[in-house]
Amino acid sequence: MSGASLLQRASAAMLAVLARAVTGVRPIWAGTSPNGPLRIYFANHASHGDFILVSTCLHPAERGRTAAVAGADYWNAGRVRRFIAGRLLRTVLVERNWVERRADPLAVMLAALDAGESLIFFPEGTRNMTEEPLLRFRSGLYNLAAARPQVELVPCWIENMSRVLPKGAFLPVPLLCRVVFGAPLKLEDGEDRKVFLDRARTALLALAPRKDGTPQ
Amino acid sequence: MSDDTTCLFLGLVAVLTVASLVAAILSWRSPKPLPSTLDNLNARIKAWWIMVAGISVAFLFGKGGVILLFAFVSFAALREYVTLTNTRRADRWTLLGMFLIVIPVQYYLIWIDWYGLYSIFIPVYCFLAMPAITALRGDTSRFLERVSEQQWGIMLSVYCLSHVPALVTLPIPGNEGRGLLLIAFLIATVQGSDVLQYIFGKLFGRHKVAPAISPSKTWEGLIGGIASASLMGAGLYWLTPFSPLEAGVLAALACIMGFFGGLVASAIKRDRGVKDWGHMIEGHGGMLDRADSLVFAAPVFFHIVRYAWT
Repeated sequence: MSGASLLQRASAAMLAVLARAVTGVRPIWAGTSPNGPLRIYFANHASHGDFILVSTCLHPAERGRTAAVAGADYWNAGRVRRFIAGRLLRTVLVERNWVERRADPLAVMLAALDAGESLIFFPEGTRNMTEEPLLRFRSGLYNLAAARPQVELVPCWIENMSRVLPKGAFLPVPLLCRVVFGAPLKLEDGEDRKVFLDRARTALLALAPRKDGTPQ
Repeated sequence: MSDDTTCLFLGLVAVLTVASLVAAILSWRSPKPLPSTLDNLNARIKAWWIMVAGISVAFLFGKGGVILLFAFVSFAALREYVTLTNTRRADRWTLLGMFLIVIPVQYYLIWIDWYGLYSIFIPVYCFLAMPAITALRGDTSRFLERVSEQQWGIMLSVYCLSHVPALVTLPIPGNEGRGLLLIAFLIATVQGSDVLQYIFGKLFGRHKVAPAISPSKTWEGLIGGIASASLMGAGLYWLTPFSPLEAGVLAALACIMGFFGGLVASAIKRDRGVKDWGHMIEGHGGMLDRADSLVFAAPVFFHIVRYAWT
């Protein structure tokens, strides 16, 4: 799958208008520019709206070549979800269930990168429902970085979206949101998996606002 | 479109043109890159052009246009306010209700001119319903704090602001069909006072009014700004059913209330550790940064005019 379909482009533009109307979302480019080489945007995850927010903040050309990595078990369940994930949105669906999966998630994501797609990736692996700001990272980010070391890993801190559209909610509460894009990371030569994942997690957390919940 | 409206509009365009010219000359003579004050001045003047254009378009559509404009201002202001408050998951229904029910209902009540209800809908019914809904959800953590923040927010952003378009409904004898001009008078004096306080403060500001709250509010700016804005208000008496003296006194009152509005808004921002409410209006900050003075001035101005002139 290379290049967005007309339907995907139209729905991405409409979602961007909607996201701006509800959240007034602004990108903060703190450490990188909007234009760059092929990228993996890795972000904190607590809401279905997260990838819409990141995608809205991207330049339209970059948005056109960026796909969100999402769980196949969730998005393939039911015809409506399948239509949304497959036709309306630009997604790369990966199977999270180790036992029953048919396709290797890493291979699916690498194929997308090799086809020239930037990825929006949630390294926690699932939506964070705890009071912790960020869960432990799963290995996916490391495996991607090790397999495609030339791809830039851009940390993106999504602020407030979990208040706008928490898990299980249907209607969004209008609140101002920001996405802070930090300096890109690369896997060092011979860097240990755990060391790298800790470093990536720390880099993402460093973009978060102060503890008292107020924006910077 | 009356002659007075045209006069007012041309006057505004003239003032903004002069402001743009002065800023252009200052920018041209200043060393490059421009100092941040001048940069901000340019952004502010540019945003004023856009705001005046927006208000003019709303005025073209009459009462409905102004009501829609202020419903939007309330939406933007409330969104900025709620973003800075402590909300929990249990507040969802209350918050959604504030945006999806309270704003439309309050402005609809103004549209149908039901004074008896729009003046108590929020302070009576919403103030009782909101904590009830929050309590039903069962989360008592920081309950009092959450409920108070929501109520104060809906009061400032919706109730108070809705008194600006409500002015158009006042049945002042001899002022039929000129309600929009009364709104223009209030906005022009209060916003004019903000601008004049800024200018007097920048030129002569020495003694701070409340150094713990705002470094930019000075006695020189306050007195110079309010005095000159009141004179301006007196000079705009032809927009209103008032005599020049009455117009000046009402303008002074609106400007003093406006000053308190700005002061309270600054205190809230200081408490939450932010400089601006948002980034909607370039150079000014958020919607509430521009509307804070109107929030305090509008209901007081409305009730004095209603009491004394109708």
